[in-house]
Amino acid sequence: MFNAPKEGDVRIPSGCAISGIFSKKGKRFSGEQAIKSITLMHDRSNGLGGGFAGYGIYPEYKDYYAFHLFYDDTIAKKECEEFLEDHFDMINLSKIPTRKIPQITNEPMIWRYFLSPLPTKLAESQLPESEYVAQCVIKVNTTIKGACIFSSGKNMGVFKAQGFPEDVGRFYRLEEYAGYSWTVHGRYPTNTPGWWGGAHPFSLLDCSVVHNGEISSYDANRRFIEMFGYRCTLLTDTEVITYMIDYLHRKQGLGYEKVAHILAAPFWSTIDRMNEKDKAEYTYLRDNFASMLITGPFSIIVGFTGGLMALNDRLKLRSLVVGTKDDMVYMASEEAAIRVLSPQLDSITYPKGGEPFIVTLDKEAYQQCQ
Amino acid sequence: MSINFLQPEYEVVRNMDRCITCRVCERQCANEVHHYNADLDRMVSDDSKCVDCQRCVTLCPTNALKIVKTNNCFKENANWHTSDITDIYRQATTGGVLLGSMGTPKEYPVYWDKLLINASQVTNPSIDPLREPMETRTFLGKKDATIHYDKDGNIITKTTPQLELSTPIMFSAMSYGSISYNAHKSLAMAATKLGIYYNTGEGGLHEDFYVYGPNTIVQVASGRFGVHSDYLEAGAAIEIKMGQGAKPGIGGHLPGAKITEAVSKTRMIPQGTDAISPAPHHDIYSIEDLRQLVYMLKESTNYKKPVIVKIAAVHNVGAIASGIARCGADIIAIDGFRGGTGAAPARIRDNVGIPIELALASVDRRLREEGIRNQVSLVVGGSIRSSADVIKAIALGADACYIATSALIALGCHLCRTCHLGKCNWGIATQVPELVKRLNPAIGSEHLVNLVTAWTHEIKEMMGGMGINSIEALRGNRLMLRGVGLTEKELEILGVKHAGE
Ligand code: SF4
Ligand code: SF4
Repeated sequence: MFNAPKEGDVRIPSGCAISGIFSKKGKRFSGEQAIKSITLMHDRSNGLGGGFAGYGIYPEYKDYYAFHLFYDDTIAKKECEEFLEDHFDMINLSKIPTRKIPQITNEPMIWRYFLSPLPTKLAESQLPESEYVAQCVIKVNTTIKGACIFSSGKNMGVFKAQGFPEDVGRFYRLEEYAGYSWTVHGRYPTNTPGWWGGAHPFSLLDCSVVHNGEISSYDANRRFIEMFGYRCTLLTDTEVITYMIDYLHRKQGLGYEKVAHILAAPFWSTIDRMNEKDKAEYTYLRDNFASMLITGPFSIIVGFTGGLMALNDRLKLRSLVVGTKDDMVYMASEEAAIRVLSPQLDSITYPKGGEPFIVTLDKEAYQQCQ
Repeated sequence: MSINFLQPEYEVVRNMDRCITCRVCERQCANEVHHYNADLDRMVSDDSKCVDCQRCVTLCPTNALKIVKTNNCFKENANWHTSDITDIYRQATTGGVLLGSMGTPKEYPVYWDKLLINASQVTNPSIDPLREPMETRTFLGKKDATIHYDKDGNIITKTTPQLELSTPIMFSAMSYGSISYNAHKSLAMAATKLGIYYNTGEGGLHEDFYVYGPNTIVQVASGRFGVHSDYLEAGAAIEIKMGQGAKPGIGGHLPGAKITEAVSKTRMIPQGTDAISPAPHHDIYSIEDLRQLVYMLKESTNYKKPVIVKIAAVHNVGAIASGIARCGADIIAIDGFRGGTGAAPARIRDNVGIPIELALASVDRRLREEGIRNQVSLVVGGSIRSSADVIKAIALGADACYIATSALIALGCHLCRTCHLGKCNWGIATQVPELVKRLNPAIGSEHLVNLVTAWTHEIKEMMGGMGINSIEALRGNRLMLRGVGLTEKELEILGVKHAGE
């Protein structure tokens, strides 16, 4: 069943479609909306991968890390569960509910765990909790053959598979989940080993990335970020982008806007025209994190607790549209994928290359989701 | 004198129908090859003195001259080449170490020529440098991947001192003494115009060149020639030379004939004496000692200037570089064994050291494995012949390249490889006033500016082809390279895949 080569063995340049839907008031709505949006962009995918990230979907377990796992076989499951038992309190575990449909085949074993780090182990590690969890995820993904943690945040979850995204959504019964924020991805790799783990979103902790494009800076970014404990096992652009965001935001404490200005840094000619204070800061960031500059085409939607960020490469080589209606914010590769959800919009914008569009929950809603 | 068995290497061929006996060749040849014979009313030549510098050929107004490699042949075989035989004759007659100039002429693999560059097609568009900004600005110096904030949460933007380059190319160390005043001036003027740096080498800094200080890297080598506090203050960065690619393990030697009054003043040594710098710095016998010198130089310049440590590419260079990075150097310069030299024992030049490509790849890998690659910049030199070599070096992990021989060629050098004789007909590697005058610094610097500008255009074109619009996204981006005709081991060391993979 899983004899085909996996990402990590083969590099896959991707095209793709992306979409994101967000309620600033924190209203929870079903995954159906995301399915509807991505269905309209069917031809941007080729059936070799699709996936969703939903935020606010596990309110009853919101204090626990929700791990979603693919297993190739029971040996991998056993080994991985031993590792998880060793490092976490297991609050709950179950198979992730799926629906049999002819379009989705070759499914691995798909499991879900709600976890809390073992206090003793955590103390022993001398790491902040988030770092402890991140290192456990990287450890499993790099050392346990046949096990892949593809989602590891709190009160959020990633659902992905090999197939067209709309089929993936139905397969995971996403109409049964409700969240305040959804992102979705339809994949168009030009060559695929066809492995579920390689589909997007790619995520670490609560940060998830869907991405359209193929970055030309991949190896420069990868060889840099790997110095800081990350392992790019999937060889996908999305993976390295996720790690860079995680490093800059979680570990270095930069806000998402600054993160965006490292990944898609302003041109030197722009920096040269800034006032002295900004110039000093941008020069510092660009110089010190030079190897995190992403070149080549990309449009990404980054999901995180309480927010979404849309970002284009600095030349805007991929399409990206943002629309708003009341408290709803929509982001997609195509305007039509927004209009299909909300024909009337209050505003529609096309973010400039390198200029992030960031939306976050209203204060009250944010407190609720915490 | 006993016969020396040596035959002329070149023959001067003069087309008598064209020669108008204007005697230009006679005046141009510092090696005294051409003479006017009044009895015969024609020019005659002493072929044995010709070094094939092409000066007379270039300046002959009637194109009457050509220099050909002699077809007189020794009985060579696969083991004994003419050069082996003649070297033995030379040493048998002189009893001396044979000196040579410029890089090794031996046939070792040039890995640059076995690496091919990627280009985008369809899935990732190429970028047109004529329409889109294509950035080559480069900063050299220690980087900190940890952000520090002040008490108000603002980012502290102060960094260790950096060198800012408009393009990732610099002129490598060549001392005043080994090259002429005018050659130095050409380099200094061009570096200033280009927004890059040139390097004094170990000869000190002529007082006229202090004005170019902001674009000057001042070198401190084992001989400490010309090193004093004003000198250290004058440059934008200080380079400690531990080794040189053409002659790893030995020091420098500038023959007394080149130590003219001005050179002697700049170097702070007596006129006419050989300037010999030892191989080791006599206060550096360990990495800890090097650390002390690095900090001594930083201390004495108020921590305002990055310190470069230059080493030759040798075995185990990865570990050496790691030590240097940890001893406080901001930049490591690695010089490959094909690099040029004003004078080196030919046997060392031709047999000691390793190619820069392999050294660079292993240093970059080692520093990344240790998680300290960003704490030091890497500059490589040692036969960078074109913009493609620069691109390949950056993709293998360099921050910038040093060029020297290419720069001299731009000034007119014809690679006659006799710089050590001090009679460079092109006014470059000489201190003879009449010869020095032959190089006009205004024209020389224009040629250098043209060369680096042309390379930068080519770099931008190639980056655009790869879908990359900023040089930092190429740095260490080894996926942009593929090897052709390399063994598994070579590919492994270079960290690149074979073409077709
Ligand atoms: S040494 Fe140079 S100038 Fe003299 S004859 Fe030979 S090529 Fe001509
Ligand atoms: S610098 Fe002058 S002497 Fe040296 S190789 Fe070039 S032309 Fe010959």
